[in-house]
Amino acid sequence: MSFDNAYDAITDASDDKHWAFGTGFDDPLSGVDRAVPAGVSTADLTAYCLMLADDALVLSQRLTEWCSRAPELEEDVALANIALDLLGQARLLLTRAGEVEGRGRDEDALAYLRDEHEFRNVRLVEIDCGPGPGGDFAVTIARLLVFSTWRLAVFERLVASKDPVLAAIAAKGVKELAYHRDHAAQWTLRLAGGTEFSRERMVAGMARVWPLYDELFTTHEVERSLPDVAVPPSDVRAEVDEVLDQVFTAAALDRPDVAPMSAVAGKSGRDGVHTEAMGFLLAEMQHLARSLPGAKW
Amino acid sequence: MSDDDFTRLVEAEQRVEPRDWMPDGYRRTLIRQIAQHAHSEIIGMQPEANWISRAPSLRRKAILLAKVQDEAGHGLYLYAATETLGADRADLTQKLVEGRQKYSSIFNYPTLNFADVGVIGWLVDGAAICNQVPLCRTSYGPYARAMIRICKEESFHQRQGYELLMTMMRGTDEQRRMVQDSVNRWWWPSLMMFGPSDAESSNTAQSMAWRIKRHTNDELRQKFVDMSVPQAEALGVTLPDPSLRWNPERGHHDFGEIDWDEFWRVVNGDGPCNRQRVEHRRKAHEDGAWVREAATAYAAKSASVEEVA
Repeated sequence: MSFDNAYDAITDASDDKHWAFGTGFDDPLSGVDRAVPAGVSTADLTAYCLMLADDALVLSQRLTEWCSRAPELEEDVALANIALDLLGQARLLLTRAGEVEGRGRDEDALAYLRDEHEFRNVRLVEIDCGPGPGGDFAVTIARLLVFSTWRLAVFERLVASKDPVLAAIAAKGVKELAYHRDHAAQWTLRLAGGTEFSRERMVAGMARVWPLYDELFTTHEVERSLPDVAVPPSDVRAEVDEVLDQVFTAAALDRPDVAPMSAVAGKSGRDGVHTEAMGFLLAEMQHLARSLPGAKW
Repeated sequence: MSDDDFTRLVEAEQRVEPRDWMPDGYRRTLIRQIAQHAHSEIIGMQPEANWISRAPSLRRKAILLAKVQDEAGHGLYLYAATETLGADRADLTQKLVEGRQKYSSIFNYPTLNFADVGVIGWLVDGAAICNQVPLCRTSYGPYARAMIRICKEESFHQRQGYELLMTMMRGTDEQRRMVQDSVNRWWWPSLMMFGPSDAESSNTAQSMAWRIKRHTNDELRQKFVDMSVPQAEALGVTLPDPSLRWNPERGHHDFGEIDWDEFWRVVNGDGPCNRQRVEHRRKAHEDGAWVREAATAYAAKSASVEEVA
């Protein structure tokens, strides 16, 4: 090892892939046909890609709040890993949305320059579940369990989508989401079966996110108008219920008995109608990108 | 084995492994140095994590998140290396959050604009690499092996940081202003990362004899300056030192005197962020106590169920 120039000594031109977790340096969808399938509405397909993208982007943004604050270093690594997976899914889906839309918007234009009412994520992903005043590790785990169980069920069906790009994104995402679900389920068991205090936190955490459960299964008009392309979430309700019931049984938890959070004049996340938390999340995420228009990063 | 035999062994470039006999002073020095390094990785997550939520592109967000995640990983390898010497991670963490063990002072400076993410990669990780590459040949085997992996990852971070700065320098006037502002704030603290001057450094001689350290603080600082000057020129930024110039007789760059009062102030706890960084770590550790207790209790219950079954 040379010491004259320490940088040269450790530079290896081929080490760009040494990171275990993706940072988007290569395209996992290379070779996939990117044409919009015949008979599919580009407006609907764009909207559908945004729905799936925004779910992942917003939850990733929330999970990164744990970075340097997790209960254990190993968990810091794990939560960052999950956030990176979701960010990766969001980037592929936003890119697809922009490409199908055909107005020249890339992933960053869609992430940073849309306003709150244009975000199509479910409300579950945007609420503050901690760290900090909005929750704690148990609320975070409760949300991750519900979200990843639901998204995995959707993605397992999306693998057969008529849109080859969505199918490829789903095929990659299924492996990631299966790990996220398993991680959350394991922590649910530990917290529910750990100490009296942790059990109380886990029960409270599940009750906190449960009002947003029903919204996950409300099939939106966009999903209805994309047969064989989109997965209507109402199709996965029974399966998600069953998986969660298994976890609840193993953890000796009761399914929370709380009323669903109302929509606003019949509209909720998928329609661009969000909770009060969303504006703050976007203000923080978008501030720098918007304050220097035209800057490249 | 006597202390002299041991010194002869390491002078012959033999590696010391966990179960080998070693002088108590060697063990203590290593635990202190590796723990300090592990703490630095963990505290060092904070200034960069400060920008994850606001990263101005999704690619930069992914790179930054992956980098901060790597730092948590480095902390883990290094705490594991201390455990091979008989230290205990929980005990070392306790010492950190009680302010009884130090970490690199560089992380007691704030990250105030997004260019800081790039400058930390370029200068701070660059200085860390200069300090750490020689440690890949340090006498204690587990430490040397951890350092090889860490240095490779740090070099990746360093290039990512430099690439961000290049992109920003090719961008708008405001982006260039941000980069220069950041370089102005981080240059001198980066030079301080090599520690006190050789004349003032109490630990250097023994650590050199034990092959824990391989070069003196001033030698490493000079290497870093010589490597950074052409990079600053390529970038188009000015390093904030009017005395900085090439000295053809020495074959090195001359540079100005470090503000040693500031150096010692920050080392002794009065930098801009010392209290904030330790408090953040303490709070995360204490807020997470119930989760760790739950995991321990659950594992104990599962084990006893297994025994019954």
